Amino acid sequence: MPIQSRFTAALLPVAMLALLAGLAPAQVAPVAVVGAHIIPITGPEIPRGVLIVHNGKIVAVGDESAVTIPADATRIDAVGKFIMPGLVDTHIHIGGVGGGDRSSTLAPEVRVLDSINVMDSGFRRAVAGGLTTVNIMPGSGHLMSGQTIYTKLRQPGGNPPKRIEDLFIKGDDGKPMWGLKMANGTNMLGEPPFSGTRGKSAALVRERFIKAQEYKAKIAAANGDPEKLPARDLGLEAMVEVLDGKRIVHHHTHRTDDIMTVLRLKKEFGFRVVLHHVSEAWKIADEIAAAKVPVSAIVIDSPGGKLEAADLVIETGGVLEKAGVNVAFHTDDWITDCRLFLRSAGLAVRAGMSRPGALRALTLAGAEMLDLQSRVGSLEAGKDADFIILSADPLSVYAKVEQTWVEGGKVFDRSLESDRLFSTGGFGAGRDQEPYMCCVQGTGFVFGGKQWGTAGQ
Amino acid sequence: MIRTRSVRTLAAAALALVAILPGIALAQVAIKAKTLHTMAGPPITDGVVIIQDGKITAVGPAATTPIPDGLRVLEAAIATPGLIDARCTIGVSGLLNQKQDQDQIERSAPIQPELRAIDAYNPLDPLVGYVRSFGITTINTGHAPGELISGQTALIKLRGTTVDEAVIMAVSGVAATLGPSAQRDSAPGTRAKMVSMLREQLIKARDYQKSLDKAAQPSAPGTDAKPAEPPARDLRLELLAQLLRGEIPLLISANRAQDIASVLRLKEEFGTLRLVLDSGSEAYLLTAELKAAGVPVILHPTMVRAFGEMENMSIETASKLRAAGIDVAIQGGFESYVPKARIVLFEAAIAAANGLSFEEALATITITPARILGVADRIGSLEVGKDGDIALYNGDPFEYTTHCIAVIISGEVMSEKPR
Repeated sequence: MPIQSRFTAALLPVAMLALLAGLAPAQVAPVAVVGAHIIPITGPEIPRGVLIVHNGKIVAVGDESAVTIPADATRIDAVGKFIMPGLVDTHIHIGGVGGGDRSSTLAPEVRVLDSINVMDSGFRRAVAGGLTTVNIMPGSGHLMSGQTIYTKLRQPGGNPPKRIEDLFIKGDDGKPMWGLKMANGTNMLGEPPFSGTRGKSAALVRERFIKAQEYKAKIAAANGDPEKLPARDLGLEAMVEVLDGKRIVHHHTHRTDDIMTVLRLKKEFGFRVVLHHVSEAWKIADEIAAAKVPVSAIVIDSPGGKLEAADLVIETGGVLEKAGVNVAFHTDDWITDCRLFLRSAGLAVRAGMSRPGALRALTLAGAEMLDLQSRVGSLEAGKDADFIILSADPLSVYAKVEQTWVEGGKVFDRSLESDRLFSTGGFGAGRDQEPYMCCVQGTGFVFGGKQWGTAGQ
Repeated sequence: MIRTRSVRTLAAAALALVAILPGIALAQVAIKAKTLHTMAGPPITDGVVIIQDGKITAVGPAATTPIPDGLRVLEAAIATPGLIDARCTIGVSGLLNQKQDQDQIERSAPIQPELRAIDAYNPLDPLVGYVRSFGITTINTGHAPGELISGQTALIKLRGTTVDEAVIMAVSGVAATLGPSAQRDSAPGTRAKMVSMLREQLIKARDYQKSLDKAAQPSAPGTDAKPAEPPARDLRLELLAQLLRGEIPLLISANRAQDIASVLRLKEEFGTLRLVLDSGSEAYLLTAELKAAGVPVILHPTMVRAFGEMENMSIETASKLRAAGIDVAIQGGFESYVPKARIVLFEAAIAAANGLSFEEALATITITPARILGVADRIGSLEVGKDGDIALYNGDPFEYTTHCIAVIISGEVMSEKPR
């Protein structure tokens, strides 16, 4: 292109932007939430603070004596309330999510984004519970059940979302951000093509990773020449992203030996991994700390329900914290209810975790496990305006989520009857659908293709 | 109350058996609590409870309730009656969730009221000690919902190595279910069939009772006529006859409003039944009717998942039922997967945060289940003469960060490790 036209070409979009800015409607005024007890997560709690958000971002947060409130700000009086970052759930199954099917136990080509119903009531329960960023996962019935999707529970233009794209979190490369769900232990054992034993599970995974390494090498050897590039393989493409450290593996695992198998495979193939659920992590906290691998733990009211969870304890958060492991919590909705995510922190503190650690486990720790720590997880200037207003201390059973905000927009307001319904439940709040809850079918319990416990509808 | 001779003999034999078993320790201890919730009047500030030989011998303010010398004293911020789980499957649906430890439902027939919880209960299941550590001292455990009549429940204290040491009521209820979870491939395949099968059984039991009554009548004096032969023993009909005589409650699990209405219809037809509504996710739609019929409710766990026939459940239902004057207990229920045992303390806590006052919420897991199940003379409140079952806490028992610091059953300190 001649220089002159290139210059014109470069100028044109700038000119158009300037034009648009002039025609743009007046900017929405900043919002100042005033007088609440603020929990920024990074930094000490502020007994009476001010949070200012504008254009979807946090502009300022601090003690009310230290923060100037813009004259044009819309003020929200929050004296007596508690404010903290919107909760980050690294493991949730809302939206009627589906992943791999029974045709294969390795389904890295499958994307859950192709399955999610954003109008599912689970999304309304989630914001009622104060969740703002969630990693929607396929299940644990496969060694690799599919590609997860990281989402913001936003309402574009103040309207409910219509498609999953409305909830995407775009990375620097413009692509949605997502992970790869893997699992070991017992949930995915079954008849061929599923693995029948733990040894077989690991062998199948290793073989696939080796294929991915070979695929990656072929692409590198082609050096951009389309004639030499291997045929596209959706699954191997995703796994190359895993090998390159661009896509995190979110790995369901319970028993100590299963956890160690994940660490062993990580060592061999070098992928980035978050350990999920980890019922027995408390027994090998030092080993996990030494491996420098983060953990997303589930907090359940009692142990048992399956052999590999027989030693699950609520002390896990505290034990791992003391060992120096980065700990987040998740709901695994509907295994635990996403409306009650705050409970996980309360129970963890009861059982020995520190208050700051438990609150961090609901927010920033999860953000780190999704590579989103620069954007969410704490109340700091420059981060996304994702926050929740609570009626009481987050560790109190009496605390209600009163409001949930995502990117400066309010997505849940308990004072609205239509929203409150999804907080308390009631007529019309549910829907007669089959939720994803490994491994329940009706009142029975199924895994490994077998029926355990009770059968029936 | 008519009993056949053979039933009387059985009862005597059972009593004799209990007498020769090693006795549970009936111990003594004194409790001092900054706030004592007796569930028999307003809470007492600086309260004292004295337990001797396993029974409460004194309750009152410290100033007027001296502690005998030599008695061990335990102190706490808050003390409550030992908590009661009104309906669960702990000890019958085991921790491991394997075929070998799941005895809460038997699928060979839809109506089996003769299946006893005491024949299945495992006091050494780890979940027994686990739930006790939060302050639960008595559970109404046994057969789960999921068959038209699945079997019996039993009231059991969370102690002992054998069920015989721990049981306080061997047959505390018979469990029935209306709704889709009791549907089978054959009968009952529909709601209408379920109700008709139940009615048929209860009518058969009525006839059985008539035969028992006839056999108990002495022959007319001055005649050679022999008294009528008692009917052949039928475990099933015996149980159903006891239900009809109101001796044992019939716990019917029903969630949809239509199924709750069926429960009320059965109550109208068989007025002598002692009916209790179990679960009741849509009970808030029929409060006036439940109140008028005098049917108490053992409500689903507050945190039960809202799908299927529970889809319209609300965490405010307990408060709505209480506002209508209905007796409400909150249960731990049955979970096919996780959490394998719900903790009624946590379930009542959510109810306390959603419309119920502290005392009302505490009642749902103490005195109200005791009353509904007919054991209020023994447990459920801290009163002289009742069992020395107490839970001690270092703060509001409903708060997540509070610990249960001691659990006492019949005066024996079961655990003192803060939980």
